[in-house]
Amino acid sequence: MTFQAPIGSSLPRDRAKRLLAGRGRYIDDIALPRMLHLAFVRSPYPHARIVAIDIAQAAAMPGVIRVVTAADLEGVVEPWRGTHNLFPDMKVPVQTALATDTARWQGEAVVAVAARSRAEAEDAAEHIVVEWAELPAVSDASVALDPAAPVIHQDYDGNQAFTAAVSQGDPAAAFADAPHVVEREFRFNRHTGVSLETRGLVADYDPTSDRLTVHQSHQTPHQQQDLYARLLSIPEQNVRVICDDVGGAFGLKHHLYPDELAACAIAKLLGRPLKYVADRLESFLSDIHCRDHTVTARMAFDAEGRIIAMELDDLFHAGAYSQYPRSSVAEGNQIIRVSGIPYRHDHYRAETRMAYLNKPVLGHIRSVGHPIACAVTEQLVDLGARALGIDPVTMRQWNYLDDTDFPLTSMGGIALEKLSFQACLDRALERVDVDAFRAEQKTLRDAGVYRGIGFATFVDLTSIGPEYYGEGGQHISAQETCLLRLEASGGIRCYTGATDQGQGIDSGIQQVVAGVVGVPVSDVKVNSGDSELCPVGGGSWGSRGAALGGEAALRAGRELRGNILNIAGVLLQKAADSLDIRDGEIVDAESGAAHMTLDEVAAVGHFKPYMIPDDVDADLTVTARYASRGRIFLPANGLHVAIVEVDTDTGLIAFHRYLVVHDCGRLLNPMLVAEQVRGGVVQGIGGALYEEFVYDGAGALCNGTMADYLVPMAVEMPDIEVEHLETPTGTSELGAKGAGEAGTTGAFGAILNAVNDALAPFDVTLSETPLTPPRILQALGKI
Amino acid sequence: MTRAVKSVAIALKVNGENVNETVPVRRNLVDFLRADLGLTGSHVGCEHGVCGACTILVDGVIVRGCLMLAAQADGCEVETVEGADATGRIAKLQAAFHQRNALQCGFCTPAMLLTAAALLEANPAPTREEIRDQLSGNFCRCTGYQAIIDAVADAAEAGE
Repeated sequence: MTFQAPIGSSLPRDRAKRLLAGRGRYIDDIALPRMLHLAFVRSPYPHARIVAIDIAQAAAMPGVIRVVTAADLEGVVEPWRGTHNLFPDMKVPVQTALATDTARWQGEAVVAVAARSRAEAEDAAEHIVVEWAELPAVSDASVALDPAAPVIHQDYDGNQAFTAAVSQGDPAAAFADAPHVVEREFRFNRHTGVSLETRGLVADYDPTSDRLTVHQSHQTPHQQQDLYARLLSIPEQNVRVICDDVGGAFGLKHHLYPDELAACAIAKLLGRPLKYVADRLESFLSDIHCRDHTVTARMAFDAEGRIIAMELDDLFHAGAYSQYPRSSVAEGNQIIRVSGIPYRHDHYRAETRMAYLNKPVLGHIRSVGHPIACAVTEQLVDLGARALGIDPVTMRQWNYLDDTDFPLTSMGGIALEKLSFQACLDRALERVDVDAFRAEQKTLRDAGVYRGIGFATFVDLTSIGPEYYGEGGQHISAQETCLLRLEASGGIRCYTGATDQGQGIDSGIQQVVAGVVGVPVSDVKVNSGDSELCPVGGGSWGSRGAALGGEAALRAGRELRGNILNIAGVLLQKAADSLDIRDGEIVDAESGAAHMTLDEVAAVGHFKPYMIPDDVDADLTVTARYASRGRIFLPANGLHVAIVEVDTDTGLIAFHRYLVVHDCGRLLNPMLVAEQVRGGVVQGIGGALYEEFVYDGAGALCNGTMADYLVPMAVEMPDIEVEHLETPTGTSELGAKGAGEAGTTGAFGAILNAVNDALAPFDVTLSETPLTPPRILQALGKI
Repeated sequence: MTRAVKSVAIALKVNGENVNETVPVRRNLVDFLRADLGLTGSHVGCEHGVCGACTILVDGVIVRGCLMLAAQADGCEVETVEGADATGRIAKLQAAFHQRNALQCGFCTPAMLLTAAALLEANPAPTREEIRDQLSGNFCRCTGYQAIIDAVADAAEAGE
């Protein structure tokens, strides 16, 4: 199947022009009449009982309208539990919008102050006196699972939340008999998304019509509509969630946050609009975090270097609660499903254990679990190559799944259609002369300069289908709907359930509609991010917009095109299938001769419908839906290649090259895909080199500012070469797979392998991220 | 004990327009521009001078709007992205950013534009390293920076 331009064209984005002029509409830009501002008192302790709360002085302060504790919200907002029915044995404690009797992480919201300004709300919050009784805090997953550890949820007999395991073949026997086995313990420290716009919302409740409108910096408006309706007991048709411009999301804005729900509840309580925008410290203390995994893994090889078996044990935690509504299982579950996936092997065992402990909730951030699975697998492959004296490239060429293996079900149970591991490596080798690099590496080493090259092959489980959350019992739409309306003047309005936080999904959908209908891209206007106006969809998460939203747009575009041609056929007294739409004109399909313009057809459809017989499909407002069937994931793949230089005196790492060969099937807009990959790589570099939440022994955060929590900045970042391969999925007509997380997925593995290659002369191996200078220098025995 | 917050009268020029307002002495400049004047193109990302999202011009020099009090801007000339957009001063940068997709969520973008414009004014033909250095105080979480560097280089070539 081929598609006409602009599908596949690198066009710039419409929305960008507005943002470039300072005309964005982010949450804190919104001001409504009578709007109040909210500030929270948060727990200063990781674990403490609330003995008493004295609000008297605060309530009397200038500008204060209401001070709210958990008791005030009883009957206004329901509690919830972050369950997943596919994991029925998971222990899931009840969570509330404000802490009731116990705070379980430092930063948990306890009291809210609504005031005429944020400054006055903060002034008053400082004068609320909470009497605390500190409890012993659990801040490490291995400690949490110790039977002697304090139990943080008293309803349960321990802190272990759930376990999951996969086993194929006979891994124990395979390891026992294997000529070569490599084994490592890996540590992936904790970080988060750090969107530049913090979380925030304006909740506007009208008691006379029992109507709640929430403007929110969020990825999933329809999901939030459902949650607010259920938890605040408002009829869902009265709830509207609008996500206009969102200043970065990266997974941290597709959850329910207790402070945001409290804001909606207080808006309902007070019957007037209320704004809450997290400040940066609140973000670091209360955004969903990710990683914080310890993985022990090993890989067995035969005498020639072929992979026989892989085993891994993953230990992580959910923080204090299971994230809602998706639950916190996925990061561990993805690790045991995805590890080892690019390589042929017959024996596999993987297990994950999740604990509860006294830290902020940990869950879904860009590339859930995947960077860990990739880094563990790829480092084991490199360690095997080193143990056997085989070049890492050859090692991969020998062991990749190839075209003759597909389709297959992976060891972790993932259905794989055709992927392009070998082709990605071939393309990388066209761009990177590995032999020349090795020669240069040797010369430089003699001069005391240590460069290394690292490869990381990855699979991304993109575009989750309805079965995963449907069977999980969560109200999360994994299908997409597109509504198109041909205006009387010939332009097309498009409404999608997918959302766009800068990825360019709006543009991709615009290009699909323009290409399928046959109109200039400027004739299509895409609207998204409004749960009332837009047809039902899942929003943006898990690399889904192009594959799912794009397919729905294709179907809607085809239907609208058909109806336009039906009308034209009647007007022209010609068969509809003898006509085509090209560049906004109705033309003869064979000769290309112009017959009439689209606006002439549209005008008849709108104003002279009596000219069209009733039995002709002539609707100029159409909707189409795409729900995948029989697959949970849509795997995409690629390869990262990093070349780094390690300064063995300072421990600093500098990039010399960074290449990604990426295959996400049909490309709707190659430039936007490349930019997704680049941005993802840099987030991966952040996690691999810089970003880490540091806690003291008592579980208190030590680096909750942007001066202390290091993110990648322009000076340190490399230019990133991106190559595209296109292996379309056969599961949809458009053939697109997801792209948004690929950059992050492979970065950890490529950088770990490159650094270890650079440091090979010192006979050290690093397996802990981020690779900070102290960790490098400790490994080298210099500090 | 709490004391009433004092206010002060200030007179300044913002994007070429005369502004006379009374502001609480503790209000920082970017909050004043956003909340009091409705100039929401300047953004607040960290409130302590690290992320760069609130970058504006005061008397022709780029500053962090969160590190200066509104009261300190009394008698100054302030320019925000709205003003730079209206005069066309950053038009070539805006066009290059658009073509290169040098923005995704757009939250850092107004500050990036003003910071880049200051570089091109001082150095019309910067190297990529000089561009990266100039933008080293502006956090962008989406792009990975490369497209921004490309766009600034393009604008320099176009003679911004």
